[in-house]
Amino acid sequence: MHTGAKQFLLLAIIASVAVSLCSHWFNRYYLGVAIDIGINIILAVSLNLINGHTGQFSLGHAGFMAVGGYSAAKFALVLQPHLPPWMQPLLFVAGLFLGGIMAALTGLAVGVPTLRLRGDYLAIVTLGFGEIIRVIFQTTEAFGAATGLTGIPNWTNFGWAWSFAALTVFVIASLVNSTYGRGFIAVHDDEVAAGASGINPVRYKVTAFVIGAFFAGIAGGLYAHHKQFLSPTGFDFMRSIDIVVMVILGGMGRTAGVVIAAVILTVLPEALRGFADYRMIIYSLLIIVLMMARPQGLFAFGKSVQNKA
Amino acid sequence: MNEFLQQLINGLALGAIYALIALGYTMVYGVLRFINFAHGDVFMLGAFAGYFLSPVVNRFLPPQSYLGGALVLVLAMLICAALGMLIEFLAYRPLRNRPKLTVLITAIGVSLFIEYTCQHKAVFGAAPRNFPDLIPASNWHFGGVVLSSNQVIVFVTTLLLLGALRFIVQRTKVGTAMRAVAFNEQAAALMGVNINSIISFTFGLGSALAAAGGILFAMNYASIDPLMGVQTGLKAFIAAVFGGIGNLPGAALGGLILGVVETFAGGIPGLSNYRDGIAFAILILVLLFRPAGLLGKMQAEKV
Repeated sequence: MHTGAKQFLLLAIIASVAVSLCSHWFNRYYLGVAIDIGINIILAVSLNLINGHTGQFSLGHAGFMAVGGYSAAKFALVLQPHLPPWMQPLLFVAGLFLGGIMAALTGLAVGVPTLRLRGDYLAIVTLGFGEIIRVIFQTTEAFGAATGLTGIPNWTNFGWAWSFAALTVFVIASLVNSTYGRGFIAVHDDEVAAGASGINPVRYKVTAFVIGAFFAGIAGGLYAHHKQFLSPTGFDFMRSIDIVVMVILGGMGRTAGVVIAAVILTVLPEALRGFADYRMIIYSLLIIVLMMARPQGLFAFGKSVQNKA
Repeated sequence: MNEFLQQLINGLALGAIYALIALGYTMVYGVLRFINFAHGDVFMLGAFAGYFLSPVVNRFLPPQSYLGGALVLVLAMLICAALGMLIEFLAYRPLRNRPKLTVLITAIGVSLFIEYTCQHKAVFGAAPRNFPDLIPASNWHFGGVVLSSNQVIVFVTTLLLLGALRFIVQRTKVGTAMRAVAFNEQAAALMGVNINSIISFTFGLGSALAAAGGILFAMNYASIDPLMGVQTGLKAFIAAVFGGIGNLPGAALGGLILGVVETFAGGIPGLSNYRDGIAFAILILVLLFRPAGLLGKMQAEKV
């Protein structure tokens, strides 16, 4: 990925914009699923930076997604009537970045106090923060409270979703492969040894958390402009679990595997629609069986991953 | 003043139920060092066991009798104890020596499996059901403060169960073995303690308490559904962390405090909407300022 990374990014963006320009040839349902895949890739790859590469277990990714989604949607809803139509793409991108930055700030606020905790304590605290964020949106009138936010303009298309997915993969892969990024893996492998080698584990953990939250916020904005409707229940604990399962299925810390897993786990529920009653039962059994048979992930080949106890 | 007392009674009744569930979390954490996410679902299964047992028991005992209610409670506790042991045997035992996160995710998987299976229309269905009255309903008035018979039952049952649990853990052989396993698993095994059967017993005991909590909860709130264990389970877990995870009196105390705080917060206008967030806010504050919990001992992590 090192040498061809920039070409990959450029190619991926050109390809997704090209597909997007021909989008009227495709079935709208399949196009919608394809956009979902792009959004889920962003979520899974960004969570992978926290859970996989850095080895911290976060169960609150949906909370950051909610912050980004609501910020971007509110921004668009407030400003759209005052601006000429040709400024829409600008407004859209500005809203996405605003959502990302809001989510990153939330990530900073959550990360600084909590990342001193380890393992399952961290998991439960991030879960708690995710739930608190949801409760806040559920009670704030300006964000539609429990009924949700409606009438969000439909600006997310295939090109935007997949361009941002490519950008996320590019940024996170480049980051982890950089000299600085080796620090994340050092923190994952052995926190104490990393600290002894002059790497500040807390700083790396918070950095991973903030960057992960930023991309989750962007994904939230894309999601808001894709579904055109946001409700607090869409960002509950289950949503976070979905993203975690993508990371685990793909193999913690393996970007390519996580991308494949995000694709499969978005398509699978759609394919299982005919068995709607059994869909979630199969899904939960899949988690259990996976943990027993291949805890390192389905797509983790090559070097064996030594898991810490 | 009356309102204060009334809220206090309601809060303590809710807290007693949290305490019963929290004990299961804390016991399992004590022996296995992991969060049994499926514990909240065992609580739900306890309530449903009571729902289906009640008509069976009523065939040979008069409906709404204290004896019948007690029988339903005991049977549901036995059923859930067996279920808890089964979950441990099938899902957690094969993963005993795996990394903690693997077990944690498996526990989440087990929890989702129970919830979705129970929501299937061939099992319980997703719609809420009305829980039958197990005991004669009556209210006692003490100068403006109302105490319902269901609340009295909650207090009496919780006290009895806590006493029984204390007796089992402190005075019996199996309880001593439980404490030994929690203290040091390997050393306990070397002393001839059968680790597998002790862990199994711990799951059974915790699940029985959760079942009791489920029935008491259903008696007070009258409606049960397959997802009732999600929020309640999380809050009971918070209560366990609050009191100091692995610490039995701490779990009971944490449950009571959480129940009271939540009930009072629910009564304050403006705060009532945030009721579900308050437990999590407490959790975060506790973990930040006193990570070992109220009654827990700080332990330096060995490298």
